[in-house]
Amino acid sequence: MALAIALVMTCGVATFVMSKSTLDALTGTLEEFYAEYRFAEVFATLKRAPEATTERLEAIEGVDVVDTRVVAAASLDIEDYREAVQALLISVPDEGAPQLNLLFMVEGRNVDPYRDDEVVVNDAFADAHGFVPGDRLGAVINGRRKQLTIVGVARSPEYIYQLAPGSLIPDFERFGILWMGRSPLATAFDMQGAFNDVTMTLVPGTRVDDVIDEVDLVLEAFGGIGAFEREDQQSHFYISQELAELEQMATIFPVIFLGVAAFLLNVVVNRLVQTQREQIAVLKAFGYSNVQIGSHYILLVSAIMLLGVVAGVALGIRFGFGLAELYMAFFRFPYLNYELNADVVVTALFVSAAAAFLGTIAAVRRAATLPPAEAMRPEPPASYRESIVERLGLGRFFSQPTRMIIRHLGRHPVKAVFAVVGISFACALLLMGQFFTGAMDYMMEIQFEMAQRDDLMVTFVEPTSRRAVYSLEETRGVLHGEVFRAAPVWLRNGNKEYRTLIQGVAPGGDLFRLLNTQLEVVDLPADGLLIPPHLGALLNVVPGDTLSVEVLEGRRPVRVVPVAGYMEQYLGLGAYMRIDALNRMLKEGDAISGVFLAVDGNEIDAVHEELKGMPRVAGVSSRTQAIDDFYENMGETMLVFAFFYVVFAAAISFAIIYNTARIALSERGRELASLRILGFKQSEVAYILLGELAVLTLLAIPVGFALGWALCIYIVESLQTEIIRFPFVMTARAYSISASVVIASAILTGFIVRRRLYRLNLISVLKTRE
Amino acid sequence: MMEEKPIATATNSDADPHPVFEARGVTKVYDMGEVQVHALRGVDLELHAGELVVMLGPSGSGKSTLLNILGGLDTATDGYVGYLGSDLTDAGQRELTEYRRHHVGFVFQFYNLIPSLTARENVAIVTEISSDPMDPADALALVELSDRLDHFPAQLSGGEQQRVAIARAIAKNPQVLLCDEPTGALDSSTGVIVLEAIDRVNRELGTTTAVITHNVTIGDMADRVIKMGDGRVTEVITNQTKKRPKDMSW
Repeated sequence: MALAIALVMTCGVATFVMSKSTLDALTGTLEEFYAEYRFAEVFATLKRAPEATTERLEAIEGVDVVDTRVVAAASLDIEDYREAVQALLISVPDEGAPQLNLLFMVEGRNVDPYRDDEVVVNDAFADAHGFVPGDRLGAVINGRRKQLTIVGVARSPEYIYQLAPGSLIPDFERFGILWMGRSPLATAFDMQGAFNDVTMTLVPGTRVDDVIDEVDLVLEAFGGIGAFEREDQQSHFYISQELAELEQMATIFPVIFLGVAAFLLNVVVNRLVQTQREQIAVLKAFGYSNVQIGSHYILLVSAIMLLGVVAGVALGIRFGFGLAELYMAFFRFPYLNYELNADVVVTALFVSAAAAFLGTIAAVRRAATLPPAEAMRPEPPASYRESIVERLGLGRFFSQPTRMIIRHLGRHPVKAVFAVVGISFACALLLMGQFFTGAMDYMMEIQFEMAQRDDLMVTFVEPTSRRAVYSLEETRGVLHGEVFRAAPVWLRNGNKEYRTLIQGVAPGGDLFRLLNTQLEVVDLPADGLLIPPHLGALLNVVPGDTLSVEVLEGRRPVRVVPVAGYMEQYLGLGAYMRIDALNRMLKEGDAISGVFLAVDGNEIDAVHEELKGMPRVAGVSSRTQAIDDFYENMGETMLVFAFFYVVFAAAISFAIIYNTARIALSERGRELASLRILGFKQSEVAYILLGELAVLTLLAIPVGFALGWALCIYIVESLQTEIIRFPFVMTARAYSISASVVIASAILTGFIVRRRLYRLNLISVLKTRE
Repeated sequence: MMEEKPIATATNSDADPHPVFEARGVTKVYDMGEVQVHALRGVDLELHAGELVVMLGPSGSGKSTLLNILGGLDTATDGYVGYLGSDLTDAGQRELTEYRRHHVGFVFQFYNLIPSLTARENVAIVTEISSDPMDPADALALVELSDRLDHFPAQLSGGEQQRVAIARAIAKNPQVLLCDEPTGALDSSTGVIVLEAIDRVNRELGTTTAVITHNVTIGDMADRVIKMGDGRVTEVITNQTKKRPKDMSW
């Protein structure tokens, strides 16, 4: 029994240590990596500014280091890889290393100054394709084909988490970061003596918002589209989200586990004091003091607790290391500082001790203050009364054994309630684990089957005439195409603002549909925006209000646009309008940014091949590929967590049910043995004992469902981010799996207890009082 | 049934060809780790239909072990135990349970009532599983507890609890009633009331009854007194006249 409690404590401490130490390791590593590789604090992109502008930026109060760059998109043609690959080209200084966002070279060397065909590639991309220094790549840079040689593989603090522009899911195969000499890159994009991207660090203590305002002022004339701070930098933002989830896990789980452990300790120590009354009395009669008796039980509780803490810390370190490595593979830190901080262990110990002693203090007091003469006497027969059910007149339907079950539960209602709550927590945890997998599947189904239905999404290097769709549709294998226009914008309402894309979609399309919050396909309004409710909340607007839209390309018009309605979107936060309305707003003709294609499945390779040869095509993304990537990247960590939920929940329900059963057996062993002597069969006696467990378990399941609901709603609410918003969907499967695991552990426990019950010594009960 | 028999055997087969119990050369050895404890060292015994036998002996004399074997709670290491002609020696768990369920009534020193059930329910729990039971209320009337039917054990005195236990034991109409120190936890006057109940059951229902005690006085109410010591039957006394419990005191 002590082991079962220690097991629950172990789980609590292990989750705490695991998530806390992983969190510490990741934040520690992150900070160190950021500092060592000089990750910038303010970022801005613009159209083109002369190098002399740097001085103006440096002059801004609070700015420490300014590093200008040329950054441009390109598409790559990789031999033996059927799809077009998007790349981001980032310049490195011709002489020396960049001042900010330094590269950690994994392999090879930096580019030679002034060589126009050498690149360093990011290592996730290199891994995905098996690139090593010396490999060659075909590239289309600003419309011109070029052969590039990989000379090095590197990691950057800026792209720990890397996403293709406009994508929400990391894709290491179809998107790469390439670092190239400044001169050749500037030449290719007509940027000699100029820059289109700037990053900077600040003097400590500077207000970042002030600097951003100043930077925007300076860059406005050069097509700046708004500087942003590190918090909004994509890679950093995603990492922060992941760490926030981990933080939450570091709290919820230990609280549940330690609460359950405290309850179990309470029950067990109470029972122990009861059965050891006589020993206590004898010791007291020999002159042991209350303190000595009390400290005996405290020592016992401490031993159990320490066992739990030690095992929990050990297990937590093991799991934590594994989890940290999982994250590390995902985040691509160049190194990992995994060390266990003493304060994590101290906190675990302190919290466990608090839980253990709060749980047992009352029972220990009772033992310590028991007067010896009273303790010598056996406890009087337990007093019982008819249960409420019977007083309602239902009693005549019950056999005597059933009455025993009901009255025993009614005699210790608080204990029964705690047991039910404990088991229901296990059920709730299971439901939570199942919820995530279910919600994820549901989300993917809505987003990638109901809303998006294209086979391929083609984006062009720059806005193109609508006629481009016709040439695509003529490609063999393409069944039909639907155009879209996407423009980066600032959406503003008062002092609230959010940077996103407005996507213009053709009405009546079949490959990209918008869903309302009831998930019905809706027609786009002739004018105005459809936005997800979460974006409305961020900007403090509801349908009927207006937003100020600042377009961040072309002539950069600023317009006031009404919010026409809400639409459902679980991944990302975009705004949608009719393509013709967007074209009008942008004061352009029938320009398009890309095309959704329906493709004959047998011809998909041919279509990819054809698209690779089109210089205007910046990128091609496949919907099914996006689904796979999602499950591979985001899904993996979620499933690891879901697995923990199941293991831990099973441990909790086992521990509670087992403890309840063992206590019941010790309390009622004499009673049950008497019945055996009177001729009750083993199975009939087992019914009395296990029936009680069955009642508790069956009561706990609906309570657990309710609790699980509440937990999931809480988590869904608190995990609402700009990247991902879990829909609250609870599948029948989730319910049935949760209930099954609880029932299975109850049955398993039942078998174990039944074996003990069958070995009851019948003769000894004849001769002993309780 | 009233004749003298030689010491060290309690059989009476000449008079009764169909004894309720028949024990021949029963031994019981407990393995207590490295020590072997011989609880019974060859006991021969018969109990006859309707008779009330008191087994007397100090602790460790083997009387409880013998009662446990007769009651189907334990099996002999060696020897033969028959109940109404059927062999209990090699009976398995299942058969012994059936045997206890339908044929044996037990009364324990510490009553062993179910605290969560009332007096009536404590009797009913047994009648529910037997084939030809009395009404629980009738059984309780027999031990003069008709006014305590719906009391829980915690609301009854020790003597009352023991009488509920007797009612529970006899309500199934058992062939035998086995009582293990039934007055051991009671004072003299309460003990007499309990013994009255046992005596009445024996007389009115004709249930073969064995009472274990170390209280010599109780032997006066028996048809036969079987004295035990050191795992053997040391003496068998047949009472020519039986005392009524109410005329006894200790």
